[in-house]
Amino acid sequence: MTKELRRLSIVMLVMFLALFGSTSYIQAIHADALHENPHNRRALYDSFEVQRGSILAGDAVIATSVPSGDLYSWQRTYADAPMWAPVTGYINPVLASVTGLEQAMNSELSGTSSTQLLSRLERVISGQPPRGSNVVLTLDPVAQRAAYDALQGYQGAIVAMRPTGEILAMVTSPSFDTNTLASHDTDAVETAYQQLVDDPANPLYNRAIGGDLNPPGSTFKLVVAAAALASGQYTPDSMIPNPATWPLPGSNSLVYNSDNGTCGPGASVSIADALRLSCNIPFAQLAVALGNDAIRAQAEKFGFNTSFELPIESAPSSYPRLSDDARVALSGFGQGDVTATPLQIAMVSAAIANGGVTMNPRMVEAVVAPDLSSRTEVESTQFQRAMEANIAAQMTAMMVRDVSDGAASGATIEGIDVAGKTGTAERGEDDPYTVWFTGFAPAASPEIVIAVMIEDGGGMGQQATGNEIAAPIAKKVIEAVLGR
Amino acid sequence: MTADTAASDTSMLTALRRLRMPQTQRNRELGLLLFAFAINAGAIALVQWGTNGVIDGSFLYYCGGLSALVLVLHIVLRIRARDADPFVVPIATVLTGLGIAMIYRLDIAEELTGWGAYSTRQLVWAAIAITAAIVVVIFLRNYRVLFRYTYLFGLAGLLLLLLPFVPGLGTDANADVWVQVGGLFSFQPGEIAKIALAIFFAGYLVRTRESLASVGTRFAGMTWPRARELGPVLVVWLASLGIIVLQRDLGTGLLLFGMFVAMIYVATGKTSWVIIGVTMIVAGAFVASRFLPYVSARFDNWLDAFNPDLIDNSSMQLVSGIFGLAEGGVLGTGLGRGRPDLTPLAESDYIFPSLGEELGLVGVFAILCLYMVFTSRGIRIGIAGQDDFGKLLATGLSFMLALQVFIMVGGVTRVIPLTGLTTPFLAAGGSSLVANWVIVALLLRVSDAVRSRPRVVIG
Repeated sequence: MTKELRRLSIVMLVMFLALFGSTSYIQAIHADALHENPHNRRALYDSFEVQRGSILAGDAVIATSVPSGDLYSWQRTYADAPMWAPVTGYINPVLASVTGLEQAMNSELSGTSSTQLLSRLERVISGQPPRGSNVVLTLDPVAQRAAYDALQGYQGAIVAMRPTGEILAMVTSPSFDTNTLASHDTDAVETAYQQLVDDPANPLYNRAIGGDLNPPGSTFKLVVAAAALASGQYTPDSMIPNPATWPLPGSNSLVYNSDNGTCGPGASVSIADALRLSCNIPFAQLAVALGNDAIRAQAEKFGFNTSFELPIESAPSSYPRLSDDARVALSGFGQGDVTATPLQIAMVSAAIANGGVTMNPRMVEAVVAPDLSSRTEVESTQFQRAMEANIAAQMTAMMVRDVSDGAASGATIEGIDVAGKTGTAERGEDDPYTVWFTGFAPAASPEIVIAVMIEDGGGMGQQATGNEIAAPIAKKVIEAVLGR
Repeated sequence: MTADTAASDTSMLTALRRLRMPQTQRNRELGLLLFAFAINAGAIALVQWGTNGVIDGSFLYYCGGLSALVLVLHIVLRIRARDADPFVVPIATVLTGLGIAMIYRLDIAEELTGWGAYSTRQLVWAAIAITAAIVVVIFLRNYRVLFRYTYLFGLAGLLLLLLPFVPGLGTDANADVWVQVGGLFSFQPGEIAKIALAIFFAGYLVRTRESLASVGTRFAGMTWPRARELGPVLVVWLASLGIIVLQRDLGTGLLLFGMFVAMIYVATGKTSWVIIGVTMIVAGAFVASRFLPYVSARFDNWLDAFNPDLIDNSSMQLVSGIFGLAEGGVLGTGLGRGRPDLTPLAESDYIFPSLGEELGLVGVFAILCLYMVFTSRGIRIGIAGQDDFGKLLATGLSFMLALQVFIMVGGVTRVIPLTGLTTPFLAAGGSSLVANWVIVALLLRVSDAVRSRPRVVIG
């Protein structure tokens, strides 16, 4: 019996060893993976207790958490909610939905990013409750307010930034109140959300960096001109034939200039004048001459076909491969297959203003630890060199004349050299035009780069022009920023 | 031996008894008991501090009664069973105390107080259980008397198992194992039946071990029993399957059959019995998983617990327990600081993951080691004992406990499919607590007899 008993005791030992093993696996080896499992409610409830960091723009606190006394511990509150909505997005723990910067900077705001590990440990040891870091933005409340006020009543977006990539303002209209979607009252949130989704004006779209992309229209001529100058075969004074109408290669369709006439007097026109007067026919010919590859290469140096992490992800603006010369011709004046976001068009101007270097756009200035002990600054980084500095100077000069003596006169400001370019884009055959303005000021040492896009013709249908609608809006924002 | 010698032996024994011999075992036990009381008190205090931030008067209420009763048991042992094993009672005390602390913690989380609280009921049942143990220790002076009533215990065990089917007594719970008396309290007779059946198995095997260990056909290097010896084993197997099918109590069926196979192997020494037994278990499990829907559901949950289809319905409890364990990590969240209440039935089926969440892997290892030591004491009695009945009984009870812990903890950690057994001493459940303390009393009695009997020296 004794021998059997000893064997039996070994069996029992093995059983217990199996249990030691399985519990070790769950509680030590596999514990982190289990913690990350989306079905793990404990991890979720733990995250609720963290006091989320605030989001600041300049001196303004635009998103902050206040104690809420319910299961979720904190209520996220937004200041000037519709104005800052495209920037902050919203976070709703009840519905587990998060958008905008709340999502893109979630790790830092909730204190769970790997760089915050040491401070987390410190807090555990000292027994303090967990907190997230604050995020300071590059956005300027003055610029944001000016842009938001100027955009009221229109459907569109404005992006204002520095030539080195820091975004000063990002506004979309119509917008929505993020506080209603951040509420803990599930029924109220669902009703509000459904209303927003059903709204035909799509207030949930961030038209500055996404949504339904529009053709850039004549603002794309900046890209074509840059491509022409960069090729070495053209200068601003190179002459292009100047007919009043021009057939698209291989088709019966005709291209017209905006006033249905020629581009100024004369049988041919310079690139500088064609840009200044914003004529379609010279640029159509130029596009065909340069070819799809050259224009696409130039466009991609400005950031086309690329998605940027602001850290919010922007939709890529599109300049595709085109095999058909007719389509290339159309793309020469920003129609056809070209689509762009206001951010992208602003980046075109920013590259020109920045001596020819396209910088990565960014919204975050710094991440600050909750006890102010550390401040991690974000540096501006270079995307690509779009053109040589001397060509950038030539482009600047052309754009200054465009405002002072050309089709973008609506943006003239007394005493300041404003460089600019308007755009008036056709969408569908019967649809109202989308109007644009992009530019920077002061031209010599730019402090602000701006792109304004108004969909829906600004209420003027197919009578709308960029100069009449978009340019004055840009002027207001530039004045607000420069005038302080 | 002449009457004179016998009389003088007895008088010598009585004289020896009157000598003030140091009660080594009992002193050891007292030291361990004081340590156990401290652990229990500490657990209750931490629960109160962790949940409310203050320790209040009700603290004494939770650990005082238990400690007092265990002290009474200790005193009874000093008088009646001096040489009983010193580890068994302290371990049982710590486990019971930890169980009560965790159940109390869960009551706080669920905001249950008074008679609605599980901890109050558990305290009452603990009192009943320890009292039952005291009674057994006092009145069962010689455990061999159980041997006389082998078949009676077998019958009693079977009747107790069948009790829930008596109309008017049975309740409509998930598994048909509950009996309700006067609508006041519910009881699982199956828990007591297990002890009765263990006594029956031990007695039966002692009586028939000769024929069971006899010559049979040799095959593959082992002696296989003859067909007629298989008869009783088949009966037990069918009875276990019957329990599983009719009462839907997977765990008890598995436990009974496992205990029987272990005891028959120890009694006969023939490995062939083990192979037959294991094959029957596997075959039974296979058949059950195919033909019984709730069994196949358990198998699905075991193999594929994190499948998105199952994770929100049938495997939700199992997965929640596992998440809780993971949340505890190595050091645990601390008593009162975790969220064990997120798992349904956290005070009964999932008491172990609840403790694991708050005490961590360290606590889990400690509890498993306590169980290991407890069951090893039983095996030790088996090895040291002189008569086969005592050896088999101690072995059977210890192995049953170890198997029960394995089945339960293995189920919640996905080593095997989950069944409906209770975790001994820890889980909220009066019948299980009473049964386990009766096992404690039996082990005390057998160990006392083993130690105090003078060893036979031949030659």
